Amino acid sequence: MDEAIPALNIAVLVKHVPDTQFDRHLSGGHNTTDRSESILSELDEYALEAALQLVEAQGGDGHRVMAVTMGPPAAVNAVKKALQIGAHEGIHLCDDALAGSDASGTSRALAAVVRQLGPVDLVLTGMASTDGETSLVPAQLAELLELPQVTFASTLELTHDDGARQLIARRESDNVAETVRSTVPAVVSVTDQINEPRYPNFKGIMAAKKKPIATLSLADVGLDASEVGFSGAWTRVEQAQQRPARSQGVIITDEGDAGRQLVDFLADQKLL
Amino acid sequence: MAHVLVYIDTPGEHLHKTDRELLTLAGMLGEPVVALLGDLTDGVSAELGAHGAGVLYQPAVDGLGELLVAGKAAFLAAAAEEAAADAVLLGNTFEAKEIAARVGIRLSAGVITDAIAVGKDFSVTKSVFAGSYTVNASVTTGRPIITVKANSVEIATPQSGSIPEVRRVDVAVPGAAARITERSERAASGRPSLDEARIVVAGGRGVDGDFGPIEDLADALGGAVGASRAATDAGWIDHSAQIGQTGKTVSPQLYVSAGISGAIQQKAGMQTAKVIVAVNKDPDAPVFDIADFGIVGDLTTVLPQATAEINKRRS
Ligand SMILES: Cc1cc2nc3c(=O)[nH]c(=O)nc-3n(C[C@H](O)[C@H](O)[C@H](O)COP(=O)(O)OP(=O)(O)OC[C@H]3O[C@@H](n4cnc5c(N)ncnc54)[C@H](O)[C@@H]3O)c2cc1C
Repeated sequence: MDEAIPALNIAVLVKHVPDTQFDRHLSGGHNTTDRSESILSELDEYALEAALQLVEAQGGDGHRVMAVTMGPPAAVNAVKKALQIGAHEGIHLCDDALAGSDASGTSRALAAVVRQLGPVDLVLTGMASTDGETSLVPAQLAELLELPQVTFASTLELTHDDGARQLIARRESDNVAETVRSTVPAVVSVTDQINEPRYPNFKGIMAAKKKPIATLSLADVGLDASEVGFSGAWTRVEQAQQRPARSQGVIITDEGDAGRQLVDFLADQKLL
Repeated sequence: MAHVLVYIDTPGEHLHKTDRELLTLAGMLGEPVVALLGDLTDGVSAELGAHGAGVLYQPAVDGLGELLVAGKAAFLAAAAEEAAADAVLLGNTFEAKEIAARVGIRLSAGVITDAIAVGKDFSVTKSVFAGSYTVNASVTTGRPIITVKANSVEIATPQSGSIPEVRRVDVAVPGAAARITERSERAASGRPSLDEARIVVAGGRGVDGDFGPIEDLADALGGAVGASRAATDAGWIDHSAQIGQTGKTVSPQLYVSAGISGAIQQKAGMQTAKVIVAVNKDPDAPVFDIADFGIVGDLTTVLPQATAEINKRRS
C-alpha cells in the first residue's frame, strides 16, 4: 500500500456577482454594485474545478474542499451552487456591515475567514471577479496571509516529495510563459484556460442539501465592523455616470466593393 | 510639490511607451521620481532625465524579479516610503495591478486600477462594468496607488534634463514567495503591443484557421492583431492575443472585428474603442449592435480588398 497521503484542505473563494449576461448597475448613495440577478461568478467555477481535480488526483480520503463566500444572506447562493458542483462544505461570512467593501476590505475579511478554517493547503480563487474586475484580491490575500502567491495559473500540479507538498504552475503573461514553483500553503488564482468546469448533476444537487454550511459573523472571525464595508474602505466611488449605450452605425452588405467603402470610411474618420 | 513615484519594471534599452506616459502624467501631477526594478542603461537614464525624473530608486538586492510579484511589491513599497511619495503610479498590466495590490496592503493605502485620467487631487476617472459606467473614485486612506491604462496620456516632448541621481533601497526579501523557475519570451512580432496599439484588427472563429487577412490589414494600418477566445482556443493564434473578459481590455482609436460574433465576454474587452468596424457574414451577429461601420460580408474578400486599397492609396 502507498504511504498515507495527507489529506488536502482547499478553500475555494466563491463570489455572488451580477450575471454578466444582463446589464449591470451601480446603485444607492455609495454607488455600489446592484446584486439582484446574481449568480456564482463564472470565473470562480474554474477555481472550484481545479480544486476538485487536485483532490481527485491525490486519491485517498478525508480531503476537504471548502467553498467560502462573504456578503449578505443572498450570497450563500454562490456557496450552494459550489456544493452542488462538488465542494464538501460551505462557509459564509454574513454581515450587513460588509456592504460597500472595496478590494482591501474584501481581502481583510476573506483573510480573517481563512485564518479561522484551521490548516489550509491552498486558497484557490478565480482570476478576477466579474463585477469589480480588478484581480486585486488574490494578491492582497497572499500579502495579508503571508503566503506565496501563484496567480493566473493555466496549469496546476501538486507533488509531494518527502512529505512536503510542492506546487508547479504555468502562467502565460503578456509576452512570456513562465513556470512557477511554490511551497504549500499558497494562494492560487486560475485562469479560464485551466480546465472545463463540470456542471452540477442531479445526484450533486440532491447531495448538496445534506452538506454543511457554516455561517460566521464578523465577531466570529475577529473583525470589527469598522475594518470592512463602507467605513473600512480605502477607496470611494464619488460619482458614477452611465455611459450612453453604443448605438448602431452604418451597416452595409458587401456587393463587391465593401473593402473600398471601408477604406473610405477610415479616411473620413482620419484613421488612415 | 507632490512627489509622484512611477514604477518601471524592466525597460531594456529604451523606456516603453507606457513608461513615458506614466512619467508625463507624474510630471503633470507633481515631481516625478522613479522606482526601477531592472537594469539601468545609459540610454534609459538619459530618457528618464528628459522626462523630468530627478531621482531614481533601485533595489539594493538582486533577484527580486524571480519571486512572483512579492519581491517587486516589497521593493516598490520600500521605495515609496524612502521617496516619501505622495502617490504611486503603475501601468495596468495584470502584473502591475498585482504589485499595486500588495503595495496597498504593505502601506495601508487604497488602490485604484484602470485609471484613464488622474486629477491634481489624485482622484481617478475609470470605467467599470465593461465600459458601461464612467466613475470618479478616490483613495481615502494612505498614499494613492493608481494603475493607469495605456494611451490615457499624451506623451510630453522630452526636455534636456540631467541624468537622475540613483539611490539604492534596502528591501527585506519576502520569505513566502513562489519562484519563477523557467521563462520563455515569445518572439516579438514587430507589431505594436495590444496594450499600446492605437489600432487593433481582431479575428475570430470566422477566420477558419487563417489569420493572414487579419495580419495583412493590421500591417497596412500599423496596428496590432487581436483575437476572440474561439480563435485562441483553436490554437490559431497565441493566447496572449485574446481580447475580452478573460483576455486583454483595449481601448484603441479603431477596432476592426472580423469573423467575431460579438459575445458579451468579447465585447467586454473592446467596446470602449473609439471607432468599431465589424465584418461578419451573419447580419444578425451581435457585434453589429455596437459597430460604427458594419459590413455584412465574407472577411476573406473584404479584408484583402481593403488592404490592397490602403496600399494603393499610399503608393
Ligand atoms: C468565462 C468565460 C470567459 C470568456 N472570455 C472571453 C474573452 O475574453 N474573449 C472572447 O472573445 N471570448 C470569451 N469567451 C467566449 C465567448 O463567450 C464566445 O464564445 C467567443 O467570443 C466566440 O468567439 P467568436 O466570435 O470568434 O466565435 P463565434 O461566436 O463562433 O462567431 C464566429 C463568427 O464569425 C462569422 N463568420 C464565419 N465565417 C466568416 C467569414 N468568412 N467572414 C465573416 N464572418 C464570418 C460568423 O457569422 C460568426 O458570427 C468567454 C467565455 C466564458 C464562458
